Amino acid sequence: MPDSDVLSASVSTLQRMLSARTISSEELVNTYLGQIEAENEALNAVITLCREQALTDARAADHILSRGEGNPLTGIPLLHKDIFCTQGVRTTCGSHMLETFEPAYDATVVAKLKAAGTVTLGKCNMDEFAMGSSNETSYFGAVKNPWDLNCVPGGSSGGSAAALAAGFAPLVTGTDTGGSIRQPASLCGITGLKPTYGRVSRLGIIAFASSLDQAGPMARSAEDCAHMLTAMSGIDAGDSTSADRAVPDFAAALNGEIEGLRIGIPREYFNEALNPDVQERIMAALSLLEKAGARLIDIDLPHTHYAIATYYVIAPAEASANLARYDGVRFGHRCDAPIDLEDLYLRSRSEGFGEEVQRRILVGTYALSSGFYDAYFNKAQQVRRIIAEDFHRAFETVDVIAGPSAPNVAFQRGAKQQDPVAMYMEDIYTLAVNLAGLPGLSTPAGLINGMPVGLQLIGKAFDETTILNTAHRLQQDTDWHTIRPNFGAFQS
Amino acid sequence: MNWEIVMGLEVHLQLATQSKIFSGSATQFGAEPNCQADPVDLGMPGMLPVLNEEAVRHAVTFGLGIGAKIGERSVFDRKNYFYPDLPKGYQVSQFFAPIVCEGVFDVPMPDGSLLPIRITRAHLEEDAGKSVHDIFPRETGIDLNRAGTPLLEIVTEPDFRTAEQAVAYLKALHSLVTYLGISDGNMAEGSMRCDINISLRERGTDALGTRTEIKNVNSFRFVERAIHVECERQADILDGGGRITQETRLYDAEQNVTRSMRSKEVANDYRYFPEPDLLPIEIDADYIEAVRATLPELPGAKRDRFVSDYGLSEYDATLLVPNHSMASFFEAVVDHCHAAKPAANWILGDLSGALNRADIAIEHSPLSAQQLAGLISRIEDGTLSSKLAKQVFDAMWEGLGDADEIIESRGLKQVSDAGALETMVAEVITANPDQVAQYVAADEAKRKKLSGFFVGQIMKASQGQANPQLLNQLLLEKLDAQS
Repeated sequence: MPDSDVLSASVSTLQRMLSARTISSEELVNTYLGQIEAENEALNAVITLCREQALTDARAADHILSRGEGNPLTGIPLLHKDIFCTQGVRTTCGSHMLETFEPAYDATVVAKLKAAGTVTLGKCNMDEFAMGSSNETSYFGAVKNPWDLNCVPGGSSGGSAAALAAGFAPLVTGTDTGGSIRQPASLCGITGLKPTYGRVSRLGIIAFASSLDQAGPMARSAEDCAHMLTAMSGIDAGDSTSADRAVPDFAAALNGEIEGLRIGIPREYFNEALNPDVQERIMAALSLLEKAGARLIDIDLPHTHYAIATYYVIAPAEASANLARYDGVRFGHRCDAPIDLEDLYLRSRSEGFGEEVQRRILVGTYALSSGFYDAYFNKAQQVRRIIAEDFHRAFETVDVIAGPSAPNVAFQRGAKQQDPVAMYMEDIYTLAVNLAGLPGLSTPAGLINGMPVGLQLIGKAFDETTILNTAHRLQQDTDWHTIRPNFGAFQS
Repeated sequence: MNWEIVMGLEVHLQLATQSKIFSGSATQFGAEPNCQADPVDLGMPGMLPVLNEEAVRHAVTFGLGIGAKIGERSVFDRKNYFYPDLPKGYQVSQFFAPIVCEGVFDVPMPDGSLLPIRITRAHLEEDAGKSVHDIFPRETGIDLNRAGTPLLEIVTEPDFRTAEQAVAYLKALHSLVTYLGISDGNMAEGSMRCDINISLRERGTDALGTRTEIKNVNSFRFVERAIHVECERQADILDGGGRITQETRLYDAEQNVTRSMRSKEVANDYRYFPEPDLLPIEIDADYIEAVRATLPELPGAKRDRFVSDYGLSEYDATLLVPNHSMASFFEAVVDHCHAAKPAANWILGDLSGALNRADIAIEHSPLSAQQLAGLISRIEDGTLSSKLAKQVFDAMWEGLGDADEIIESRGLKQVSDAGALETMVAEVITANPDQVAQYVAADEAKRKKLSGFFVGQIMKASQGQANPQLLNQLLLEKLDAQS
C-alpha cells in the first residue's frame, strides 16, 4: 500500500493490516513520523514529537500482535492535544507558562488509550489554555489549515484537527469546552465528537472551565471515533464529576439504520449569522438523512441567543480560578529576579500568559467580584439551566438535533484576531451544547470553494451512540469524509 | 465610659482523618517538609480533588454532637486569593451551603451554670500550607504538608461578653471534639486555632460596634490575654473619641499586644463560587441516623451521670469530665475499687499533680487505673493509713510494683492489732512521766492538745504504721485511766 493510502486509511483498515501482519506498528509509526517530520513545518500542528518512545511502544505492540492478541486499537498511532498531561513528556497547553512543564503523571485519557494499545507519536499545538477558535493564540505560533495554508484550522483543538486532516495520525485527541473539538473538525473536514459531560474523565487534563471541559475523539470517520470513544470513556475514581454509566461498545452499535429517526432542526441555528452556502450544504446533508429514513422536524431552542453571553461569563469565571495556580511559585514560568511577592506574581503571570488568556482571566475575575456576582455569574448559571431545559424539552419529541457546526468555513488567519467578539461568534452553534452538558459531533458535509463544511449532530445525554450512528449512515451514503486536502502526501 | 464586650468566635478544627480532605496524602504532624504532599496538594495542572468520606462523617458527628441541623445538601466553593502557601490560588471551602447549620451549644461555666452559645454554622474546608521563614537566610520556604488537611470551621453568633465565657466555650468545645474522636484538639500543633471577633459597645445599647478580628490564637491562656489587651486597646481609642478600624489583627504573646496585619489581606475580595470539580454532598436521614448510632456519651450526660450514679459533687464531676481520658481513667478505677469519691480525690489530687509535674497526659500515666484502684482498696480496708498510702503511691509512680507488692516488700502494713498497740502505748506512758503528769492535771480542752504528743511519739516509734483511729482510742483509754 502506498504511503498516501496508509496515511488516509481508517483505523479498521489499519487494524486489519496489523492483524494480518501486512504492516507492522513500527512501520506504521515510521510512516506517520516521517510525514510529520516532512510536513509539520508548513502546518505547525505538532509541537512535541516522541520519536524514540513511539518506536519502542510500537515494537511492544507488534509483539502483542504477533501473538495474535490485541484489541481494535493495538499498535495504532495517535497524537494528543497538548492539554493532556503525559508523564515525562512536556505538556505546554500552548502556553509560555508551561513551556518546560513535564508532568509526573498521565491523564486518565492518556493512560486509557495507552492501555488500549495506541502509540503516542507526540503532542499537538492548540490555542493557549484552549482559549481560542482559530489556533492563533498559541505561544508556539499559529497552526495552518491543510486545506488552505492561509486559513485557520479552527480552535482550540486546531493542531489536532489539522494534524489529522494532513495525515499525521489516524487518531487525535481533543478537548471541547465551547466547541473546541467540533468547530476545528468542521473547518478541517474531519469527524470530531464531544461526549456527554462526565463520560470521559477530566483527571490530568489541564483545566480551562471545569464544568464545561470534556475530552473526545477526532478521527477520519464516525466509526474510528467510536473505537476511540470506547477506549477513552468510563467512570474514574479520580474525577468526582465522571459519570457512573456503562460504556457501550460504540463501534459495535453502528449499523447505519436510521429508519424513523426523528431529527430536530432548530430554527434558531439557521439565523443571519449563518453563511447561506453553509446552510445549503447542511440542508443537503439533512435531505440525505431524510432519504435514509429519518424524519426532519422543525424545533425551537428559544434561548439559543443567550448562549454566548452565558458561556463568556461562566467559562472565564471558572478559568480565572483554574489558572490562579500558575503563580511562578512551584512550577511553570517564573520571572527573573522578582523583588517581592507581588512582583513575582505580576511579572510571572504577565510574561507567562498571552493576551487572550489574560483577557479571560480579567473578565472572569470581574464576573465573580463582590457586587457583580449576582448580576453576572449567578445570572449566567440561571440562564444556563434555562438553556439546558430548552434541549430537554426538544428531546421529548426528537432523537437527534442537527445544524451547522460553525457559521462559516475556515477564515483567513488574522481576520478576526483584533475582534474578540467576532471570534467568539465562531462558537455560536456549539457553546449551548457544552452549557447543557450534551454530546455533539461534527461530521463532514461537503466543500465550499474547496473548504470543508461540518454538520453538527447533538444527542441526548449519554446517547453518543445515536449521533455516531447517524453520522455513520451519512458517511456510508457520501464520500465527504474521505476527501483529503491537497496537502503533503495527499498532493495530486 | 462603661463598655460591654461583644465577641464571636471562629474555631478552625483539624479533623483527625488518615488522609487529606481531597487527596490520599497522610496528615501526620511533624513530617519532613513537603513529604506529605502529592500532585493534588501541590495544585499541579490537571489534578482534581476527591472528597474524603471520613471528613464528612466527622463533620456530621460534630453537628449531631452539638444538636445542630445537618445540611441535606452542602456545596463546596472556591475562595480565591493569592498566597505562596495556597497552591491552587484558591481554597476549597463551603460558603453558600455549609454541612452543619445552626445549633445551640450549652457551655458549662466554672460556677456550674450553663451558658447557651448559638452556633451559626460549621463548614468543611482544606487547610493551606505554611511559609517557613527560618530555614533559608534570605528566602522564604514553602511547606505544603499541611495543605489539604481537613478543617471544620465552627462559627458562633456574637454571644460572648467576657473572656471567661470565651475560654469556657473553647474548653467545652475541646472536650466535645475529643469525646467525639473527630480531632486530637492539640492546640500546640495547631489542631485547634481560634479567631476572635471583638467589638465594644456602650453598656445598655444594642447596636454592634466596629469589630476587629484577632487571628490564629492557639492556647486558652493566649485567648484570654488577647481579649483583655484588645478590649483595653479598643476602649482607649473609644474613650479618646476615636474610631475602631475594621481589620485583622495578630496577637503577639511575647509583647502581650495585638498588631494590625497588612491591610491588603483584609481588603481581599474572595470571589466565592461553587467548586465545579466536586459534586454537592447530599446527606440523607439514614446516614445521619447511622452516624448518630456511633455517638459516644457526651460530656454533659457524663457529668450528670457521675453525680447521680457515683454520688460525686458537681465540682468533682466538672473537673473530671472535660478530659475524656481522665473520665475514662476514673471509671476504670471505680470499676476495680468501687470507691468513687476516693478515686476522684486521688485522680484530681496526687495523680494529676504528679502527671502535671512530669508533663504526662493521663492516657500515658505510668500508674494504671488498676494500680490506683489497688491502692484505694487497701486504704478502704484499713490496711493503709493515708500517710502510708502516699508512700505507696510514690513507689508505684516510680514503677516499683502494685500496692500489695510494695506494702509487702516494705512492711508498710498498718498496725491495727490491739495487743501490739497497747504495748506501744504502755511503753510511751512509762517513758514520759512528766507529760503524763501534765495531762492528768490539764482540763478537757488542753488534754486534747497534749494527747497529740503521745500520738506523735508512737507514730515515730512505729514508723507511721500504727492505725491512727485505733491508736487514739487505746491511748485515751490508758491516759484517762492514769488520772
